[in-house]
Amino acid sequence: MATSSVSKGCFVFKPDFKKRKISVPIEDYFNNEILGSEDSKLRFETYHLLWQRMKSETELQEELNKNLFDNLIEFLQKSHSDVQKNSRNWGCQMKLREIPTAALILGVNVTDHDLIFRSLTETLRNNVTPYVVSLQAKDCPDVKHFLQKLTSQLMDCCVDEKSKETRSPKTSRTTSYSMDSLCSWYTAATQTTGPKLTSKKRTTCSQWQCPPVVLILKNMESFSTKVLQDFIIISSQHLHEFPLILIFGIATSPVIIHRLLPHAVSSLLCIELFQSLSSKEHLTVILDKLLFTAQFPFKISKKALQVLTNIFLYHDFSIRNFIKGLKLSLLEHFYLQPLSVLCCDLPEAKKRVKFFSVNQCENIRRLPSFRRYVEKQASEKQVALLTNETVLKEETQLLLENLHVYHMNYFLVLRCLHNFTSCLPKYPLGRQIRELYCTCLDDNVWDSEEYTSALQLLRMLAKEELVSVLEKCCEVLSSSAEKQLGSTAQKVKGFLTQLQNLDDSKEEEDACGSQLKGLQKTDLYHLQKSLLEMKELRRTTKKQTKFEMLRENVVNFIDNLVRVYLLPPESQPLHEVVYFSAAHTLREHLNAAPRIALHTALNNPYYYLKNEALKSEEGCIPNTAPDICIAYKLHLECSRLINLVDWSEAFATVVTAAEKMDANSTSSEEMNEIIHARFIRAVSELELLGFIKPTKQKTDHVARLTWGGC
Amino acid sequence: MMSSPQMKEAKVPVVQFVGDDDVLNHIFDREGGTKIKKEKAQLLVNPQKIIKKPECELEKRDQEVLKDQNYVEVLGRNIQESLKNGSAVDGNKVYSFQSRKHSEEMTKLALELAKTPRKVVAVDSKNDPEVKKNVPWQSKGRSTSEKVQQENNSKTEFLSTPPRSLRKRIIVPTSHCDTESEYSASSSEDDGEEDTTAVGLSPKGRAQSRGPPAPAPKGTPPKKMKRDKASDLVEEYFEAHSSSKVLTSDRTLQKLRRAKVDPKTLRNLLSKFSPSFSAEIEQLSQQHEKLFHKWMLQLHLGFNIVLYGLGSKRDLLEKFRTTMLQDSVHLVINGFFPGISVKSILNSITEDVLGHMGTFQSVPDQRDWIINKFKEDSSLELFLLIHNLDSQMLRGDNSQQILGQLSSLHNVYLIASIDHLHAPLMWDHAKQSLYNWLWYETTTYHPYTEETSYENSLLVKQSGSLPLSSLIHVLRSLTPNARGIFRLLIKFQLDNQDSPSYTGLSFQDFYQQCREAFLVNSDLTLRAQLTEFRDHKLIRTKKGTDGVEYLLIPVDSGTLADFLEKEEEEA
Repeated sequence: MATSSVSKGCFVFKPDFKKRKISVPIEDYFNNEILGSEDSKLRFETYHLLWQRMKSETELQEELNKNLFDNLIEFLQKSHSDVQKNSRNWGCQMKLREIPTAALILGVNVTDHDLIFRSLTETLRNNVTPYVVSLQAKDCPDVKHFLQKLTSQLMDCCVDEKSKETRSPKTSRTTSYSMDSLCSWYTAATQTTGPKLTSKKRTTCSQWQCPPVVLILKNMESFSTKVLQDFIIISSQHLHEFPLILIFGIATSPVIIHRLLPHAVSSLLCIELFQSLSSKEHLTVILDKLLFTAQFPFKISKKALQVLTNIFLYHDFSIRNFIKGLKLSLLEHFYLQPLSVLCCDLPEAKKRVKFFSVNQCENIRRLPSFRRYVEKQASEKQVALLTNETVLKEETQLLLENLHVYHMNYFLVLRCLHNFTSCLPKYPLGRQIRELYCTCLDDNVWDSEEYTSALQLLRMLAKEELVSVLEKCCEVLSSSAEKQLGSTAQKVKGFLTQLQNLDDSKEEEDACGSQLKGLQKTDLYHLQKSLLEMKELRRTTKKQTKFEMLRENVVNFIDNLVRVYLLPPESQPLHEVVYFSAAHTLREHLNAAPRIALHTALNNPYYYLKNEALKSEEGCIPNTAPDICIAYKLHLECSRLINLVDWSEAFATVVTAAEKMDANSTSSEEMNEIIHARFIRAVSELELLGFIKPTKQKTDHVARLTWGGC
Repeated sequence: MMSSPQMKEAKVPVVQFVGDDDVLNHIFDREGGTKIKKEKAQLLVNPQKIIKKPECELEKRDQEVLKDQNYVEVLGRNIQESLKNGSAVDGNKVYSFQSRKHSEEMTKLALELAKTPRKVVAVDSKNDPEVKKNVPWQSKGRSTSEKVQQENNSKTEFLSTPPRSLRKRIIVPTSHCDTESEYSASSSEDDGEEDTTAVGLSPKGRAQSRGPPAPAPKGTPPKKMKRDKASDLVEEYFEAHSSSKVLTSDRTLQKLRRAKVDPKTLRNLLSKFSPSFSAEIEQLSQQHEKLFHKWMLQLHLGFNIVLYGLGSKRDLLEKFRTTMLQDSVHLVINGFFPGISVKSILNSITEDVLGHMGTFQSVPDQRDWIINKFKEDSSLELFLLIHNLDSQMLRGDNSQQILGQLSSLHNVYLIASIDHLHAPLMWDHAKQSLYNWLWYETTTYHPYTEETSYENSLLVKQSGSLPLSSLIHVLRSLTPNARGIFRLLIKFQLDNQDSPSYTGLSFQDFYQQCREAFLVNSDLTLRAQLTEFRDHKLIRTKKGTDGVEYLLIPVDSGTLADFLEKEEEEA
């Protein structure tokens, strides 16, 4: 082979120059063998466009963290101005030596931090100071590198400020890096560029003569403690001439600061804690923007959504990974579903239907949901739909429009329902809207027990709660410009006004109370009797209280909405066009289990090699199985150490038995040698796989590296 | 084997002193963006909280179970849907505890497997001591009657600790008499084969020495059994791992006739053997080949692809390379090559792919340069094919970090294979997101021929031919003086080869000897010479405890003696 050699491990292949120009466009790989090449280009383009739109939607981080950033900026400005004042007053020596520090708790999803830091740097540069530096642990194995990185990045900041007119050649790199040189650089920089900045920069910047230097330590946990301690001690000595502000990015918990830094060092810091948006809320936002909206035609079925959210909740809390999963599902959908061409905006989809080929029409007819729809039609129409293409196309357009309207209403009603259910105790339908969505996707919600219990709870809502929920619903309904649910919005408003005008109900209750007072002194029997009567009366009049009636009405109204609009998507014709349902591919590719695959391959070769000879009961393998399986099976019987001789003999026993059944031809000596060779190969393969390793504890033994695994 | 409730029982709540509540805070909803004012000193831990923790844990147990259920439903493997990926294997099966094993069990199993042809009948022998008796206990030439008697002696012990695996796996034809006769036949077969090998301890003695001190009575109350089950497993594990002594037989390969084979004969021998199920294996590979187009697509869209599963994926990737990558620049990296390093990978990118002639101060510099280059020029494209990304040389944290960073570039496409059981442990979340993997299971059952060919397997005799020829090669290009110097060192090493405390020849002594032999005139020339040797990896220097440099030739003495012989022949 061209890629094996005993002297090197890397092989570069460059195509000829002539050939090199002909690069295959990506669309060509979009051909699915099963589907053929028809429309593949169009499908790919649709995918690409849709993904770009979705991606740009996910990248809007600023609003998410606006609150956090505002707080941070306020903190920076305040602490810095404190330092400035103090330096002028020459007072408060102790305070002066404390470095203002913001501990930013970002959560365990380390992979998402980069985005936050990037936008943070951007905002700080714009609002607070031009000198924003961020360092990573892997760049700073010691203080020297730490300072070196810090200095070079600071200088770069400065160069940027000067609009890159004089990009200084990096000859100065050879100089030694110390805090002193940094300080002198800083004073020089602020003196020369200070006036310029004030004239050019924003007002916030001009407040200070010397803007602070903000140092962001990404993922503080991974820094070595020594480096951090040294740097903090050194810089606290220079704080009066080098106004440093630290920002720690913390993934775990604030305790880590005290674990990493001894008291002597942490007392040099003036720490304030900040908490970023938790990634769960971030997920809710993302889902809101991408899935719970009719803006994007692409939808995900219940199973697939559950796979994605479970990977998120149980594995990493990483938004980035979640988006990756979304991307994969989008790709798979367009790759596998021939009709996904229609998974675009409604006008475009209608146009595309008009130009459908015979094949594609056939595809539509083959859709199970469409077939179900046809069966419900009158017989003439059935025939027309199945034979006449123009009729089919028109009908498809209509159905697509219906689907679009369905989605628009669906999400409005879903949100309303969520407003109702999320205020209930114990959250029978889930606390998050995604949980509610999953339940609704599954089947008719109103058939589920949770839903009935939720309605029962709703019938017990207090007035204030009901009002606030209705207000929220009103907001949701009026937020959509569409008129589909216009009347519903009106109704909700009507309920609201009715509720607010419910003062007279109180009088009624008062009347009830006065009735009680009017009881005369009588004997026990009469009292009991009259009490019973009153109870009866109450029960009947209970419904008559206006509030209760109204509440009942509201609940019924919501129930009606749900029954009309929250139909499961499977009931909609053509839902296959927009719903991605292959959950198992997501699981295969995102949440793979290599160990289980190995285990199965070794334990149950029949699973992969569908040969009847390999079929066996659970837990045992036939002796004709591949060598490595036999060797593996035998090694499971040993404890920590395995004697190679024993192992080899056992292996030989098994294999000879198998061979004898097959053919009794070869001479035994040669066969033995071959078997030994096969054993050697199996053993070295097991070593490569990490099941065993050579050991020196005993001659000719190998050590087992796994335990268990029957 | 183990049911899930048992596993749950075994789960001991771990109360992490601090941080837990913070983690919980993180998991449960907390208002984002809100500022939590905390001054320096108030991170003291509330002692009450700690005490409460375990109780909370217990209460939460139910909830946890529920949640686990939810997890299994969606992500677990035991769903009928998972036709392709993995199988319906429970995690418990793969990760169960190990029970103590008896060293003869392997032989036993081998005999079972050998004895029972294709159609196997599994009989649950749990409640039947009779069946256990029929299991061949030790196959060394003994008459059947003897054995039965012996087994009666140690019967109680068998009952108390019947090997777990055995219970399940024993495959016995229903008739007892049949087994006996079959067994003796196979044992007599073994006789012929093993007459030269030494038999270790007698099985009986061993069983007694290993058996529990007080064999438990037959009918242990079931209640007690149930409670102890989980803890027993744990204890068994630690018991098995506590003593450094492991009971295995003392037989060594040397006593076997065909002890070690050199790689060439091994290959020859293997070529004579035609593997079974080649049709099915071929079918598997064809299935995988259908994915090539999809891989290309996904690579282009910013994913990277990692292949896992049993069997060498080298041929598959090679086929992918030849069919799909002929028109693009690509770099094939054999991770299993013992001399591979990130440095060499980066070098081949900078030199061969990008045509850069300069050198770099450090590996990070080089990495940054490459990254910048690829970011600037979006027309550049590079496919990286890495066989065995998890190999010994590449699995380091640093290497993975650098490869991950390269692969995260949008115009670098990485497709790699992993084989090691624990390969995914190389990557933390940060690295995984750099790699942006899509996992593909490609079980091929191909032998790992190339991958294991470099390995120093225990059973493969590394013929000395390679080091010897390279020694001769290098030395031929040297001056006579240098050769003399080296010869001196060899001789000294050979003279001292038997002393176990030999650490090498100290530099001063060596200099003295060289001077006496008129080979060098100053210690500078000697040092220059040594540097050259070191560059060719002919010698190794070690600092002794006293700070003196010691020189050593890292070649075994047999090769050295051969070398001297040859030298003298030539002279």
